[in-house]
Amino acid sequence: MPPAPIIRPKTSKDDKLMAGFMIVIALYLVVALAFPLYAMLSKSFKTASFDLKKYEFQVNKGDGWGPVVSAFEINQTLHVLKPEDLVTSADGRLYATIFFPDFSFRSKTKYRFRQLDPNSSFIDGTRQITDNDWHTYTAKEFRRIILRPSQSIGLGNYITYFSTPALFRSIKNSLFISILTTLITVSLAFGFAYALNRSTMRFKGIFRIIAMIPILIPSLLPGIALVYLFGNQGMLKGLLFGADIYGPIGIVVGAVFFTFPHALIIITTALAISDARLYEAAISLRASAWRTFWTVTIPGARYGLISASFVVFNLVITDFGLPKVIGGQYNMLAVDIYKQVIGQQNFEMGAVVSVVLLVPAMMAFSLDRYVQKKQIAQLSSRSVPYEPKPNRRFDAICLSYCSLMGVFIVGLLLVCQYAALIKLWPYNLHLSLANYNFDVMDGGGWRAYINSIRLGLLTALVGTVVVFSGAYMVEKINGFRVLRTGFQFLAMLPMAIPGMVLGLSYIFFFNNPANPLSPIYGTMVILVVCTVTHFYTVSHLTAITALKQMDREFEAVASSLKQPFYKLLAKVTVPVCMPAILDISIYLFVNAMTTVSAVIFLYSPDTALASVAVMNMDDAGDIAPAAAMGMMIFYTNVAARLIHLFVTRGLTKRTQAWRKR
Amino acid sequence: MMTVSNLSSANTSNSPPYLRISRLTKKFGEFVALNDISLDVSQGEFVCFLGPSGCGKTTFLRAIAGLDIQTSGTVHQADRDISALPPSERDFGIVFQSYALFPNLTVEANVAFGLENQKKSRIEIKKRVNELLELVGLPEQEKKYPSQLSGGQQQRIALARALATSPGLLLLDEPLSALDAKVRTYLRREVKALQRKLGVTTIMVTHDQEEALTMADRIVVMNAGTIDQVGTPMGIYREPESLFVADFIGTMNHVDGQAVSAESVRLGSLTLACRRHDIPPGKPAVLAIRPEDILPVDDVADAGTPTDNRFKATVREMEFLGSFWRIHLVDKQLGDSHLIADLSVNAALRMDTAVGQKMAIKLPPDRLYVFNPSTGR
Repeated sequence: MPPAPIIRPKTSKDDKLMAGFMIVIALYLVVALAFPLYAMLSKSFKTASFDLKKYEFQVNKGDGWGPVVSAFEINQTLHVLKPEDLVTSADGRLYATIFFPDFSFRSKTKYRFRQLDPNSSFIDGTRQITDNDWHTYTAKEFRRIILRPSQSIGLGNYITYFSTPALFRSIKNSLFISILTTLITVSLAFGFAYALNRSTMRFKGIFRIIAMIPILIPSLLPGIALVYLFGNQGMLKGLLFGADIYGPIGIVVGAVFFTFPHALIIITTALAISDARLYEAAISLRASAWRTFWTVTIPGARYGLISASFVVFNLVITDFGLPKVIGGQYNMLAVDIYKQVIGQQNFEMGAVVSVVLLVPAMMAFSLDRYVQKKQIAQLSSRSVPYEPKPNRRFDAICLSYCSLMGVFIVGLLLVCQYAALIKLWPYNLHLSLANYNFDVMDGGGWRAYINSIRLGLLTALVGTVVVFSGAYMVEKINGFRVLRTGFQFLAMLPMAIPGMVLGLSYIFFFNNPANPLSPIYGTMVILVVCTVTHFYTVSHLTAITALKQMDREFEAVASSLKQPFYKLLAKVTVPVCMPAILDISIYLFVNAMTTVSAVIFLYSPDTALASVAVMNMDDAGDIAPAAAMGMMIFYTNVAARLIHLFVTRGLTKRTQAWRKR
Repeated sequence: MMTVSNLSSANTSNSPPYLRISRLTKKFGEFVALNDISLDVSQGEFVCFLGPSGCGKTTFLRAIAGLDIQTSGTVHQADRDISALPPSERDFGIVFQSYALFPNLTVEANVAFGLENQKKSRIEIKKRVNELLELVGLPEQEKKYPSQLSGGQQQRIALARALATSPGLLLLDEPLSALDAKVRTYLRREVKALQRKLGVTTIMVTHDQEEALTMADRIVVMNAGTIDQVGTPMGIYREPESLFVADFIGTMNHVDGQAVSAESVRLGSLTLACRRHDIPPGKPAVLAIRPEDILPVDDVADAGTPTDNRFKATVREMEFLGSFWRIHLVDKQLGDSHLIADLSVNAALRMDTAVGQKMAIKLPPDRLYVFNPSTGR
């Protein structure tokens, strides 16, 4: 019998359309993520140096041309340049006259010069000369000759990095701070989550809200609060017993503050899914509370604990705002990138530090993904949720612990508020709103605040549409397996990329005149693109989770009824997923308001942002206005949260009536 | 008996099949989910795909719907080659086990979903929706949301939605499995009556043999990616062509024996008359008989002497199952196996059956199946 015909399924119109959309969003991610990262990576391997053997001179002091001498030979006798002076950046420049100590532009001496590198050039006054021929100049002209370095591709920058202790010491510092903060935050958050989940203490709702406060403010704000508390003129300076808040102590305390809610969310989820039946079994086996804790509670929450650890580690090692404000002389990787790029204009070295920072960030990210997959597998639909029983002593302990944490969080916030409201600490303690008069200070003024709100709204709007569409297509399309895998990878990548690295990559990619997209550089557009991309992954995962909870057969039913996918999307999928969609938009808004790291390289005078203004005012010594601007961000985020709550409730009433029986 | 003969005549009619499935194979990587399956379905027929989980019945249905298109082989519907077409270009309505009702749309909007974009006026749509809700027996529920309805009602709404566009083919994927027993029995009759009224060609996937037996015109018994037997419910039950079908549908005793001739087998020292088979004499054979076909008889002339397929066996265990007794019989002729016989409560009383007693039984030759253990057929 001949074999039955092989069937090549015909692709439906819907699938073609969805593939088209998906390609568009994938292209967005390629342009907004993959290309810039590539540009940064290649920049880090570009080295520039002055190869002195490639420059040759001849001098005529009126008695005929002397012998040809290379710059190298001159330097051998004169030692005008040390070896480290020869390593430079792509923009490096060297005046030819430094090889002639007795040079005077008034002399009648004539000079001949050529450079021998076919890929290099030199500047003669205003012209760039790329040939390798001899050129003759008078002394007057010769003083304008500028040598350009030869460029090559190699590990030169990395070698420089790892042979400069001031630079590579930051790796150790960053790892030390991140690991220490991770240990402290995860332990504290576990205690808090345990109290919320396993006790019957009062005020649980309030504690939950308080614990989320740090998400609403930029990470550098706790730094400012710590300066007011323990800085050189701090209110509680004595409590430090002479230790300096500027440095590891300040960074760790501030980092614990701003990573606490992130760890708490993950650990609370892990504890919430534990199965009550295991505890009943433990009691029936007469296991002690201590033993039950170590054999049931901890193993049950282990993936949550591990996952929280990686997340905290990643947040700390990639954070830039906090160590910038309170790090003092203690260098960390993220700050090094800033210093190299903004301080020293050494873009290549900034790229190298970025790559160095990418390594631990990528590792923590992939390990976290791996662990989270395991946690999902652990969840069974038949688990019975744990119901805590009242226990007076235990509840009292839990309440005091949570209150202590609450005081820590609210306390730092109140210090900022206080700092923002008093006239001049510590000399004039009268309350005033003078610090909110941002227009008289550097940093962008009220305009920066308006820009931030614009950025937040645009990011929320554009980001939600792009992210949800992308997630919908990748989840619901039939076939196109390669495209889907590629898309999933691109969507997960942003989480592994630290904000500083992303921002720097954007400089390399978008600030290149050869790039047709370069006009967006310095505009609000690039800030929106950068912020959407920076926070893409979490939003994408939220959307995917919501979409996965929908019946898989909706699309099959709709296509059997000959209805296009966009009708199903508009009439069913979007309304049903509305709570998740609103969650994504508020997440994007809040983060756009608070982020500093990615946008620090990308704002222009016209697009200064509130979070950046906090940092710049702090830098300029205007700490009280910085605190005031930080508090403005906090109020705005609180208001946004409240509106979100309000809208969600309203929409739920209108569009989710079906949820009620 | 009227209906049965009517149905069998429908199946053997000479009109070309409405659905012609030819040599379908579906592979998932190395795994072969459907292996070279062919099947014809007539216009207006109700066909059930029956089999254990993992036998490929749902895969088969999804291939017919175009939801998971086969690796090779063709599907023709009303003489149109639909083998490679996506679902949206085929002509079918589908109902899933989960109902897949749109939770945020009212009953009315759910049913009307497929009627929109068809150049129909609002009034026409409204009229059609009411007609359909009437049809499934749920009028005046149109403003409710699916979550306000019971499972059985939701299932009927899903059915109304699938039928809204008057598809030529109705596909039902385990439509009643999520319901409780009483509702299920009721809905079986409802769905069947509706299907007969509309005359829509229907394919239903189920793992519930009772559902298949009561609803289907024809049953397709599937096993490990292949079709084992196709036939009417009666035919499948009374004339199983393989050990698998015999075992899967209803209860079946089997005992190892040996072929003697084309119409007799050896069981222990007994020689029993049986149905025709083609196992060579002396080769092993599996004897099979349904519990209700084992007849209790009043006398056996001489215990142990084979006369007329009768012999005596000992009652080892009795289970009371409400309308009948299930009796487990052992005897040295049966070796290690035992026979299950179903005895009406009255018969058991009359014969004074009790555990440990001897009981005379008859295995009617036309009810005694013989299968080849090496091929299972």
